Amino acid sequence: MDKKKNVFTIIAETRIIHILLSILLGFAVGAFFLLIMGLDVGAAYGRLISSVTSVKGFSYVVVYSIPYIMTGLSVAFSFRTGIFNIGSEGQFVMGSMAAACIGILLGQLPSAILIPLCFLGAMVVGAVWGIIVGFLKNKWGINEVLSMIMFNWIAFYLSNFIAGIPAIHSDGTAEATKNISENASTLLSKELIADLGLCPTANWGILVALLMTIIAWLIIDKTTLGYRLKAVGFNKTAAEYGGINVSRSILTALAISGALAGLGGALQLMGMGSRISVFSSQEGYGFAGIVVALMGCSNPFGAFFAGIFYGALIYGGSKLNLVGAPTQLINVIVGTVVLFIAISVIFQRLKYVHINKKPKAAAVQSVKEGDDK
Amino acid sequence: MTSFMNEFGIILYATLIYTPPLLYAALGSCFSEVSGVVNIGIEGMMTAGAFTGTVVAYFTGSPYLGFICGGMAGMLFGAIHAFATVNLGADQTISGTAINMLGPGIVIMIARVLFNSTDTIPLTPDQKIPTLFKGVFDTSTVFGRFMDNVFATYASTYLVFVMVIVVWFVFYKTRFGLRLRACGEHPQACETLGINVIATRFACVCISGFLSGLGGACVTMATSNQFRPISIVGQGFIAIAAVLFGKFRPQGALLGCLLFGFCSGLKVVLGGSSGVNVHLISMIPYVVTVIVLVLFVGKSRVPAANGKPYLKSK
Repeated sequence: MDKKKNVFTIIAETRIIHILLSILLGFAVGAFFLLIMGLDVGAAYGRLISSVTSVKGFSYVVVYSIPYIMTGLSVAFSFRTGIFNIGSEGQFVMGSMAAACIGILLGQLPSAILIPLCFLGAMVVGAVWGIIVGFLKNKWGINEVLSMIMFNWIAFYLSNFIAGIPAIHSDGTAEATKNISENASTLLSKELIADLGLCPTANWGILVALLMTIIAWLIIDKTTLGYRLKAVGFNKTAAEYGGINVSRSILTALAISGALAGLGGALQLMGMGSRISVFSSQEGYGFAGIVVALMGCSNPFGAFFAGIFYGALIYGGSKLNLVGAPTQLINVIVGTVVLFIAISVIFQRLKYVHINKKPKAAAVQSVKEGDDK
Repeated sequence: MTSFMNEFGIILYATLIYTPPLLYAALGSCFSEVSGVVNIGIEGMMTAGAFTGTVVAYFTGSPYLGFICGGMAGMLFGAIHAFATVNLGADQTISGTAINMLGPGIVIMIARVLFNSTDTIPLTPDQKIPTLFKGVFDTSTVFGRFMDNVFATYASTYLVFVMVIVVWFVFYKTRFGLRLRACGEHPQACETLGINVIATRFACVCISGFLSGLGGACVTMATSNQFRPISIVGQGFIAIAAVLFGKFRPQGALLGCLLFGFCSGLKVVLGGSSGVNVHLISMIPYVVTVIVLVLFVGKSRVPAANGKPYLKSK
């Protein structure tokens, strides 16, 4: 192909442009709804932007986005390996509860031991929650989406049950667990928070999330393990023919995906929550993870930035009612963004727009090249 | 014996309360999935139906109109999903996820505008879906009370079981049914035989939205009497699970939903009488589903073209 690319081709082939366009369209639809409701679009969006751009506001955004980044990574990892991990909700909840148990029961340990122990416990439990599903699939052929939906709810009620066990349950009247030991907290020191003017729950969990993003990227793109997992995702039969153990790959992929979601639960608890309440309905971190992974094109770094974007929308959205706009506007905006990302495949057809404008021979040439890809 | 009859009656009563919303949605899911379109947006369509049903019933006073409009609202979101996935070839999971955000987002925003609250105003008994056979049975006898518990239930419950038969008939005894099943297996072959794959799939996804909307309306117009943001939490996904459980057949989905509904009914009775922790009891439906899958159901065969966008040019 000639070096100079047609502008349509560039638009068609650049995924990030699709995402940005979708985001713009999402906000446009949001503005449309605001207008229908007779609200001031400028005031609402101005509030949204101003509440996330201050130092304190942005520190809130970062704190909010940590769990979304982690579940997003978890789902993105599963997408790349050909599994739809709709179960990261359950893995997140179980990881969070594992960290809570360790943080409460072994609270006397020094931070240097306790914090890694909490992380490890959450990752192991999250991984186990994923492996169970993989095991059911490998051994009895149970559809993974089905069992993940079930295990999300089992995790939900199990977490509520564990929160009620006397050794874990709050000493006060709250329907929640005890607070985890201060030694297990990832909060920044009070002086630092005051000096920098950050939000009171500012913590260093984001660094762990960044580290995990890099690790997930390394595993997927730079290792033989990742190659094997992707091969199974692309074509099971071909992978098996190529000598890859498909069952084991599925278990590995689910374990890694589950561990990421589980760690997300721990980071959320140790940074923001410090205790787990008895849930009345699912928290939705896993579901948000699906959205984040989709906005991030199933790429770990994409998921990282999409997670921060999502965190910004959620935090900014919570301030919307100050200007009389409903918080649910955020759901509409995000839903529209995701819908446009879904249909952005039509942008790819732009690639063929220039065909009509060129002599026939060139058109045939470019179609051939399209086929070669 | 008397108390057993009573408790068994209550379990069946609860089963018939829990099952219909799931079953409507599951039948809808069958249409979409069997025609080859993954519809993970059932939850969002149910929410739209749940809200619209109560609002229309509240303003017009007619539960029937409300129920139908609930279905239509679901169908609207079904049409969005269908347009994105069938006509434009969008990724079906992504589009479904979008529907799940848009559905609740939009209706709760409308609720804010109409009622200045996220909840709708509770329906009066006249505005709710009517109960059939109320007072027909003599509740002074044990048997009569049992019959009253089981059969004096909402019209929507009776309708859903009729719908199962109708859907079964459509799937296996009509030309449309044969076509929609074929579209889910091998759309290219269908096209060569002159079947309009795009139109068939579009119709199926719309029907799927309509039935899901009815399921949602069932929750807010029969089981409870108002819409709240937590009216539909997870039922849509359970319905999808029931379809996978039933191996993509309407009669299988019926079994899946009944099993789930029965376990939920069991939960109600056990939760009240036994000393077992309520959270562990709440787990029963989910655990039993997994166990039954492992013991009796096993592998399910997904329609061959399920999840794959069909583009005519290929």
